[in-house]
This record gives sequence, C-alpha cells and structure tokens, in this order.
Amino acid sequence: MKDSIIKGFRFIGLGFFEPLVRLIAGEDSRKNSTEVLKKIIAPIASILLFIGIWYSGSKSLFNTEANYKIEKVRKEQGDEEAAKMKACIESGDVSCQPNTLPSPSQVWASYKLLLKDHKIISADKDAFKQKTAAMNEKRVAQGKNPIVYTGRPSFVDQIKTSIKTVFAGFLLALLIATPIGIIIGLSETLRTSFNWLIQILKPVSPVVWLLLVFMIVKTLTKDSNGDTSFIISFISVGLCSMWATLVNTAMGVSSVDKDYINVAKVLKLGSLQKIFKVILPASLPLIFTGLRITLSVAWMVLIAIELLAQSPGLGSFVWEEFQNGANDSNSKIIVAMFVIGFIGFLLDRIMLTIQKFISFDKNEGI
Amino acid sequence: MAYLELNNVTKTYGTGENTTKVLDNINLHIEEGEFVAIVGFTGSGKTTLVNLINGLEKPTSGEVLFKGKPVEDTSHERGVIFQNYSLLPWLTVYQNVEMAVKEAFPKKPKKFIDQRIKEYVEMVSLSHAIHKRPKELSGGMRQRVSVARALSMDPEMIIMDEPLGALDALTRGNLQDEILNIWNKNKRTALLITNDVDEGIYMADRIIPLRPGPKATLGPEFKIDIERPRDKTALNDNASFKKTRNEIIEYLMEIGNERSSNSEIQYELPDIQPKDLRWEFKASK
Ligand SMILES: Nc1ncnc2c1ncn2[C@@H]1O[C@H](COP(=O)(O)OP(=O)(O)OP(=O)(O)O)[C@@H](O)[C@H]1O
Ligand SMILES: [Mg+2]
Repeated sequence: MKDSIIKGFRFIGLGFFEPLVRLIAGEDSRKNSTEVLKKIIAPIASILLFIGIWYSGSKSLFNTEANYKIEKVRKEQGDEEAAKMKACIESGDVSCQPNTLPSPSQVWASYKLLLKDHKIISADKDAFKQKTAAMNEKRVAQGKNPIVYTGRPSFVDQIKTSIKTVFAGFLLALLIATPIGIIIGLSETLRTSFNWLIQILKPVSPVVWLLLVFMIVKTLTKDSNGDTSFIISFISVGLCSMWATLVNTAMGVSSVDKDYINVAKVLKLGSLQKIFKVILPASLPLIFTGLRITLSVAWMVLIAIELLAQSPGLGSFVWEEFQNGANDSNSKIIVAMFVIGFIGFLLDRIMLTIQKFISFDKNEGI
Repeated sequence: MAYLELNNVTKTYGTGENTTKVLDNINLHIEEGEFVAIVGFTGSGKTTLVNLINGLEKPTSGEVLFKGKPVEDTSHERGVIFQNYSLLPWLTVYQNVEMAVKEAFPKKPKKFIDQRIKEYVEMVSLSHAIHKRPKELSGGMRQRVSVARALSMDPEMIIMDEPLGALDALTRGNLQDEILNIWNKNKRTALLITNDVDEGIYMADRIIPLRPGPKATLGPEFKIDIERPRDKTALNDNASFKKTRNEIIEYLMEIGNERSSNSEIQYELPDIQPKDLRWEFKASK
C-alpha cells in the first residue's frame, strides 16, 4: 500500500512526497522527519515567503500610487478634494482605488469571483440549452443550423478553449515534425540540404507565423463559416512549436548507437524493419524530449497568439481584462497568470510521465 | 579454394594525417568445418578483423572471400557474437532472440519460432530471466543472450568476438561445450577470437596469434592435435596440450616484450647490471 503510493508519486514526478508517506506510515521517524522538513516544509516556507514579499511589495506600490493620486488632486482641485480622495481610498471604495499590482488577497477574491461567474454562466447555458432543445431538433430536421449559445464565455470556458487549441497545435506539430524529422534524420544528404531552412525558420517569432497563417487561412476559408480564429491559432501554435521535435527527431534518428545498427545489419533486417524495430525505438527518448519541449513552447506561444489573433482563450482573456481597466482587472490578470503557469506545469508533468513510461533507460527526468 | 580466405588484407582507419593502419598484410585461410582461434593483445585489431569477415567493414586493400565470393555485405550465413553484446535495450531477452530467429526462419510457423527461442535461451540457462530487459541483467547474462541470439540463427559460420569473456569459469566451460556441440553436430565452421589461450586450445583446431598493432599481422599458426571430444580435466595432463600451451605463451610473451620495447615511451632505468646466474651455474660446473 505505502510502497505503491510512493511509486505512484514518483511516477508522476512528485517524488518529494515520499518521506511524508513514509513518516505517516510510521517508518524510521527521525530520518523521515528531517526529510519531510527538507523536502516539504522548506518548499512551503518558500511559498509563504513569496506571498509575504508579494504582499509587502503590492502594499508599497499601492501607497506610492495612492499618494501620487492624492497629490495630483491636491494640485488640480485643492486641499479639500484631496482629503476627500484620501478618505475615499481608505474606505476601500472601488471607484477611487489606485490602479497597481494587486495584493494576494485581492487576487484570491478575484479567483473566487471568476469561479462564481463561471457557475452563473454555465447555469445560464444549461437553461438556454433546455429551452432551445426542442426547437433545435426541429431546425435540424428542416435542414437549418441549430441555434447556439452566443453569450460571454466564462473564465473556465476560456481555459478549456486554450487547452483545446494547444492540443490541436501540438498534434499538428507531432504529425508534421516527427515524420519529417525521421526522414531528414535517415538521410545525410537531406539533412545537409534542408539544414539552412530549418535554422532560418526555427527562430521566427510567433507573431510572424501568426500573420503568415492568417494570410493563407483567411483566403482558404473565405466561403466556409467554420471557426477561423481557432484554425488560425492552432496552426500558428503548431508551426511555432514543432521545431524542437523536428530537430530532436532528426538528431535522435541520425545518432543511433552504431552497435544497434550493426545488429540490424548482421540480422539483415529489411529497411522498414530496421527503421521501425531499431532506429525508432532507439531514438524514442530524444524524440520525446523534443515533444516535451514542443508542448511547453506551444503553451507559451498560444497565450501570445490568442492575444494577438483575438481568438477566444486565456490569451484574449488577459488582453480584454487589460483593456477593460476595471477595478479588479489587474487581479484577474494575475489569476490568469497563475492558471497559465499551473497548466503549463501540468502539461509538462504529463509529458514527463509518458516519457518515463516509454523510454527504455528509465533515467530520472528533470 | 578455402571456405574463407583473406588475401593480403589491410585496413586503415581515418583520413589525411590521422590515418592508422590497423591491420597489415593479413593472410588467413579457413577450411569448411574447421575451428580456428585467434589470440591477441587488446587493441591489436581483433574486432576489426572480425568486422571485415562478417561484412560490416570493407578492407582498404586485399580481398575477403567467403566460399569463393568477395564479402560485400553481412549475411545470415555468417553469424556474429559481438564483443560488446549489442543487445537492444528496449527488448526483453525473448524479444532480442526472437528478432534473430524470425529473420533467419521467416517462413516457419509461430510455434516453431517460439520453441526455438525458448530452446536457445534455455541453452544459455536464462529461462528464469527470459522476460527481463538487458538493463536488468548482469554483464555475463547479457553476454549469454548475445550467444543465444547468434546461435539461434544457425549460421554456417560462427564468428565469435571474445564471446565468453565476462563469464565465470563454470558457466564459461558449459557454454564452450554448447558451442562445440553445435559446431560439431551441424558441421559448422567457427572463428573464435579469444584472449584465453587455454580456451583456444580446448576448442580450436588451430590457434593463430595476431601480433600487436598498429600494422598488426598474423603470427605463425599452432596446430592443436588433440583428439575430440576433448576432456577438460584430463587436458592438463596431456603432453601435447602442455607443449602447445607453452609454445603459444612463449610466443605471445616474446611479441609482448617486443611491443613494449618498441613503444615510444622512454623509461629512465637505474644503472645496475643483472647478475647472470646462468653463467655462474655454467662456471661452477
Ligand atoms: N571505427 C574506427 N575508427 C578509427 N579507429 C578504429 C575504429 N575501430 C577501431 N579502431 C582502432 O583500431 C585499433 C584496433 O581496434 P579493435 O577494436 O579491432 O581492437 P581489438 O583487438 O578488438 O581490441 P579488444 O581486445 O580491446 O577488443 C584500435 O587502435 C582502435 O583505436
Ligand atoms: Mg575487440
């Protein structure tokens, strides 16, 4: 039981819980309590420290901004108005709060607000669905398009869209980059002749890819009424992020251990057999390292691309909140920041887990 | 026309200024059904020689003929036991052997393949580890898988590059007998690379030393005229065994000394003269 829990934790890359599990199981309490101290208490302390610094930082920024605001009013409208402004700020009235880095508690409040908002919207959606269910059936039967909910998406909906887009982009990168990487890796001639292209395209900024994809997709989808912004953003994400996989696959395939190749030669494996039974398995660890980088790059550029392409998702959520400039916009942006970071972390963990499962020399991943 | 012929073979690695001539003027003829052992120091070019014969490398000059035809590529007729085992780490013992058996017997039914794999794994006493991956095996166990893989293909000529180096005396003895058994039963031809003179004498018809490289050449051959099947325990008392063994070891020590005196490192030696006991002995007579 205990061992399987530990194994599970290790497998998903959370091996630092091991001493805690052992401590709870009552095993060698002195050694494990120092381990717990080192591996769990210390990280928690660092989180608290981080929140502390954030809190005092935001407080001092708040004060600077507030003083500036009061002084400005004093200069323009006199002492009386300034005193009023000061009272207003101190009362916590939303209409006159200085606009600056939000404090941890504000961010927490926004987080809860966003969840509540999501509940309201999804209830609204359900109600809409029930109301239109019968009518939609009729419309479909008549060959018309069903009526869909067009209300504002909630924060959680935005997250879902982003994840959907990132996976579509990742899949595209996988489907393009691995086959090309394998082919390029197998042939030295192809490798040298296409190297310049890869080297030039690899550092191109996501923005440029987006514009390029936009030019092409816009024309291609002129008379279809599909979800153009989704298509544009996932293709751009795929194109931006596939390079790590391409390069790693080519490298893995071209640098397979000579011993394995010799085995294939001595056994006289056919070329397909050689590729699928020897070369690919041997380069799988490197290919997966590439895919892992690809997924994290995909997630990173996705936010920027959504922001630029105005396609729904976390990126546009951040951008809209920034332009919105409402009183709690800043704290919502910070919430989005943490969510983005956390999802990125989770995606990386998933890849790491798959990688561990697949690779034959079960090296501890980083 | 011998079964395997190497005529004036040289092998050079590298280009430009970094060329090293590893093998020089190698002449070797092996008849069908023969068991030949080659002994040599480390780094002298034994593996290079093996790779020339199995077709992984091409000679820089000279020719390698197998059954009268130049060796252009690897072939199922020549099975190889690699010195560094070369197992595929993502496959289990079973799967590693399976890959070879399937290639060697593509038309045979599944059941035959399965039985053959198990038979050879059993032969190297690894049935208990048949579903383990190479990483979970000891060095000696890996070496045995490599032996099983090569022999399971039933090649006409068995080429072995120090196949039993990592094994203890007992396991080593058993596998030597297994290899001899397969060689004898199926009338195969064998080339054994070894650094163990006793192993060579026990198994081979001829022992040929490979002189130290660079520019390694083959030394004079030593015929082993001990009747088969040879009895390992009785071998130590066999006069012919003792004589051949001493001759070979003497020869190896001689070329070993030559090698160290040829080396470019100069040692400062203290200026003392050895006492010549022989002379004293003679004088006292
Ligand atoms: N692919 C290669 N490129 C360049 N030099 C090589 C190559 N393979 C072997 N050599 C050189 O050839 C020489 C002989 O190597 P080889 O592996 O044949 O020796 P060996 O007799 O098998 O040694 P050991 O007993 O240690 O296995 C060495 O000096 C080695 O550095
Ligand atoms: Mg060698």
